[in-house]
Amino acid sequence: MDSSGMEVPAQPTGIGHGEPLLEVADLTKRFDDVTAVDGISFTVDRGEIFGFLGPNGAGKTTTITILTGLSRPDSGTVKVAGLDCTDDPKAAQHMIGIVPDESNLYPELSGYDNLCFCAALYGIRKRERSERARRLLADFDLQDAAGRKFGGYSKGMKRKLTIAAGIIHHPQILFLDEPTTGIDVASARRIRQLISDLNSRGTTIFLTTHYIEEAERLCGRIAFIVKGSIVRTDTVGNLMRHAHGRNVVQFEFSGEAGRACALIGREFPDLICGTVPEGIRVESPRPVRVGPLVRLLEDGGIEVTEARKILPSLEDVFVEITGIEAGAMKQEKERSGGGAR
Amino acid sequence: MRKWIAFWNILLKDMRSYYLKPPNISWGLLFPLVWVAMFLIRSGLGLEMLPELLPGLVSLSILFGTTSVLAVTVTFEKKGRSFERLLLAPFSLELLMLAKTSGAILFGTANAFVPILAAVILTDLPGMNWAMLIPATLLIAVSSTFLGLLIAVSAREVFEAQTFSNFFRFPMIFLCGLFFPVASLPVFLRPLSYALPLTYGNDILRGSIAGTSLMPLWLDFPVLLGSCALLFYFSINIINRKWIT
Ligand SMILES: Nc1ncnc2c1ncn2[C@@H]1O[C@H](COP(=O)(O)OP(=O)(O)O)[C@@H](O)[C@H]1O
Ligand SMILES: [Mg+2]
Repeated sequence: MDSSGMEVPAQPTGIGHGEPLLEVADLTKRFDDVTAVDGISFTVDRGEIFGFLGPNGAGKTTTITILTGLSRPDSGTVKVAGLDCTDDPKAAQHMIGIVPDESNLYPELSGYDNLCFCAALYGIRKRERSERARRLLADFDLQDAAGRKFGGYSKGMKRKLTIAAGIIHHPQILFLDEPTTGIDVASARRIRQLISDLNSRGTTIFLTTHYIEEAERLCGRIAFIVKGSIVRTDTVGNLMRHAHGRNVVQFEFSGEAGRACALIGREFPDLICGTVPEGIRVESPRPVRVGPLVRLLEDGGIEVTEARKILPSLEDVFVEITGIEAGAMKQEKERSGGGAR
Repeated sequence: MRKWIAFWNILLKDMRSYYLKPPNISWGLLFPLVWVAMFLIRSGLGLEMLPELLPGLVSLSILFGTTSVLAVTVTFEKKGRSFERLLLAPFSLELLMLAKTSGAILFGTANAFVPILAAVILTDLPGMNWAMLIPATLLIAVSSTFLGLLIAVSAREVFEAQTFSNFFRFPMIFLCGLFFPVASLPVFLRPLSYALPLTYGNDILRGSIAGTSLMPLWLDFPVLLGSCALLFYFSINIINRKWIT
């Protein structure tokens, strides 16, 4: 699917140590007639990148506002590092960092002053505030903009500074709400790199996104959330294994795709054949034997140029489990700026 | 200690971003001065009337100085979502709101000293009781700020907060006995006067400047303190209910 953006190591990142840091049980939140979050339960382990993947309106932001203490659930419990913060959100706020879906720093303050102010909110002393702010500005390639007002930053710079502000107090867990939505491609890529680096230095990350590729690249485990419910939570590896049961082979050739499918359908009725822009795809519950198919097509006067096995993508798994067409997620992606390219 | 670092920096940021900005400084200085001048000219009486007018001028300067800034420091920041940062920080809502209002309290108190200093320079005020005047000024600043806070957290938009506060503060000029005694108001309005904390604050000011308070101090001070507590309590309650949804 995506060949351009392997900025994150192929080795899966964000695997946890098995010790729970965030425990959520039966969380429900209603707004008048909408049930925004409907009885969700999950655990985030220390050290992992946990992804919340779902379309717009699925309940991702609502979940984050509850977990961080800006909103009260109608029922359910939230524990951070073993502390029950369902009724006392203040109990764990020193341990968590938040990067909201919209950058909410002070437009009239400079980048540097914004970071120092955020550090002061967590009781960090002046000398230390200044050191941390400078280091973060350097790490996030924002030194040149350090003295400029936040209000004049580009979207990508704003998002980066908001992330820096979210980690200046060295939180154990960082909540990121759609960190690359509405950001230009290069900045989005850099932001994913920063998230990955941050995690490899020990910060646990809870991330929401509606970009399937982003979840796949960054997250150790993913929860699919649809209409307020989690329909599946698993490691990327396990989710993919689920899809390995399917066998798909793609043929490329010169000639008419419709005729090729007709040929195959007549000769091998138990194979499912469909056309794609490149040619045709043949699907079967058993491994597909390519030889007989190529011979059949060639005998029919169709010159096959390529035949290859199509590995299932997380997108396929997502579509299968949630019943949401990947196209629907893509449309949202285009509407909101297409960050995950 | 950590909490006080946060407290101090919230206050400092508000000072830099709002109170020490030229438009606010000039508003804070000019407004009371214009009132002083206006009253002296209109009354045509000259400086011997100053002790009579001073309590009302001080109250007015504080009332307008404090209530006008909270629409910006609170309602505006809530609207722009930066207030969420403060709500997410690890200290109590009470401490947060004290930090957010302390700037306005200081600003209001500073405003009060514009007419006071003008009066001290222009006339000698023989009967001035400073030990009463200073705490009264501070308490009026606190109660007016908390009234402004209650309005600011009840409003959703900045203009709404400004409209609401005008709805309160203009009638208060007449209801709280700033320039006409409460006794000269129609009987049916007087209960309103006694429900407003500024009536008591202004009464202490009259006592300390002109020596003509209507109510005893043991009533004025506790009522003023009680209103501060009540207004703060209601404001926190609204934030807790409406902003943490
Ligand atoms: N404050 C609110 N009042 C009413 N409905 C809300 C509110 N916040 C969210 N919702 C509704 O809850 C659902 C989930 O929203 P949200 O959590 O923002 O989804 P996501 O972040 O996944 O896009 C949506 O149907 C949304 O309209
Ligand atoms: Mg959202």
